Amino acid sequence: MKVMIKNFFILLIISILPINAFALIEVDITRGNLNPLPLAVSPLSIDNKSKKSFEKILKKENIGIEISIIVENNLRTSGLFNPLSKDAFLQAPDIANLKPRFEDWNLIKAQALITGKVTYVNEKLRVEFRLWDILAGKEMMALAFTTVPDNWRRVGHIISDKVYERLTGEKGYFDTRIIYVSEEGPKVQRVKKLAIMDQDGANNKFLTLGNELVLTPRFNPTSQMVTYLSYFKNLPRVYLLDIETGTQEVVGDFPGMTFAPRFSPNGKKIIMSFAKDGKSDIYTMDLENRIVERITNHPSIDTSPSYSPNGNFIAFNSDRSGYQQIYTMRSDGGNVKRISFGNGIYGTPVWSPRGDLIAFTKLHKGKFYIGVMRTDGSGERLLTENYYQEAPSWSPNGRVLIFYRETKTNAKGEGFSAKLWSIDLTGYNERLVETPTDASDPSWSSLLSN
Amino acid sequence: MILSKIFKNTLLILAACLVLTACATKKEVATTADIQGQMQSDVYTGTDSVEYLADGVPDRVFFATNESILTTASRETLRSQAAWLRKNSSINVVLEGHADERGTREYNLALGERRANSAKDYLMTYGISSDRISVLSYGKERPVDAGSNPLAWSKNRRSVTVKAN
Repeated sequence: MKVMIKNFFILLIISILPINAFALIEVDITRGNLNPLPLAVSPLSIDNKSKKSFEKILKKENIGIEISIIVENNLRTSGLFNPLSKDAFLQAPDIANLKPRFEDWNLIKAQALITGKVTYVNEKLRVEFRLWDILAGKEMMALAFTTVPDNWRRVGHIISDKVYERLTGEKGYFDTRIIYVSEEGPKVQRVKKLAIMDQDGANNKFLTLGNELVLTPRFNPTSQMVTYLSYFKNLPRVYLLDIETGTQEVVGDFPGMTFAPRFSPNGKKIIMSFAKDGKSDIYTMDLENRIVERITNHPSIDTSPSYSPNGNFIAFNSDRSGYQQIYTMRSDGGNVKRISFGNGIYGTPVWSPRGDLIAFTKLHKGKFYIGVMRTDGSGERLLTENYYQEAPSWSPNGRVLIFYRETKTNAKGEGFSAKLWSIDLTGYNERLVETPTDASDPSWSSLLSN
Repeated sequence: MILSKIFKNTLLILAACLVLTACATKKEVATTADIQGQMQSDVYTGTDSVEYLADGVPDRVFFATNESILTTASRETLRSQAAWLRKNSSINVVLEGHADERGTREYNLALGERRANSAKDYLMTYGISSDRISVLSYGKERPVDAGSNPLAWSKNRRSVTVKAN
């Protein structure tokens, strides 16, 4: 699978230049965005010949500026950085990339500076970039890579990831995609389609036509596969979709509704619920040998299963206590433990990619909350409260949650909308994620390049 | 010893509190509006959205929040459906189960299935073969009332009997 991704991108890291180990700046990402780090993203410099070539191929007047804007937007939306206005920059991009005049950048209060250069070589896009520590007056990182020109947006995302990682000490989440359900039409007759877009909203693409109801798409963590629920021929079943080829297939041969699918961390199994005779239980299906295993067997509703990142445990919600609560168990179904004991109803547990937290939806006194708790249920923390919101999905580095939110309608039933939102694990930096249509059920991919 | 007793008692009290608060959540969703005589203890009793399979045979039954128990009125409706189905033995039906918007999507899919099955079980006890009944849950995907209020939600918590042929 890894090979596939690599071929897909043809990313060639040519050289990694020495990294300065004495940098002074460091961004503490555990504290929220109270003091985002001021930094300058210089337009990437570009020679005239390259500029003309890219203008012809990509229809972008200056690809160096475009890439720097992607970096700037990514860093700003993270809430950890404050990219300064380019109007204040004193040094030209090409000279800054060779050797910045640190005093000039210091003057506009930049603590870090990103510079770079784009060239057109052998029909490829070659980018080099550098990260500078202004206060220490030193280069922190330099990297160069080459790719096909069409991948120019991803170049911006990869630069953002490298800068984020160098300054925070944690992997970034910018070179990623979001799969979600696009919604249109009146509330009583919604038309829903699968859609996919880059993490920053670019390259939006619809994957289904809207002829049948589709719900809850989720990425395979290791490849370009998606599992989701489709009402094709009015039979709600879990499906598997290959994003690259567009091929779809039903998962398993169940005599009834299957729903709430997710992949196991290694991508080899799908875990889901199967509803029959008013009971819903959790099952897995091995995608290689097609063996179906029953994991829970209880007269209650057991659904929304999610694996721990090591694959050893499963979190799910069940109403076996009378109301929807969160439980954990071993991946073979043993040792079932209730972990949510606060006031209210708890659902949609999702295990963090770091393994230490479970994100959830909570309903209490008519309000919906997105929150996190430790895997034993302790340390519950509510991040956001609203009329309706649910279905958190983690960024691959476990720092950000994306979820959807619906608005309350007025007395006439008007004013309904569904939108994607993201929020930091810290509870800060709540943001609307723009989509061309209304949207719900987001799922965040893992990093496309690694 | 005494200390441990005190500790035990505190635990008991805490446990009791937990049970009590759990009960509290049960009530909170309902109440507010048994307004306009269209709801009775959280279950829709009006006829706004109801359609008829035949004269005197309503097509749907309604449920309380989070519940799949049939009310007296629902059982009456289902008995009339059973009688109609016995008379029209060539007709098969789909029971479409629904939930209101105040629950997570996946849980609501299961809840809709449970509600439709509760209606199916009742039809079967009145002599309708399970071969003639299929069940389809829409969860909260197909509300009949777009409102965000207790009355609208009560209309949406339903199982609808639809002719399949």
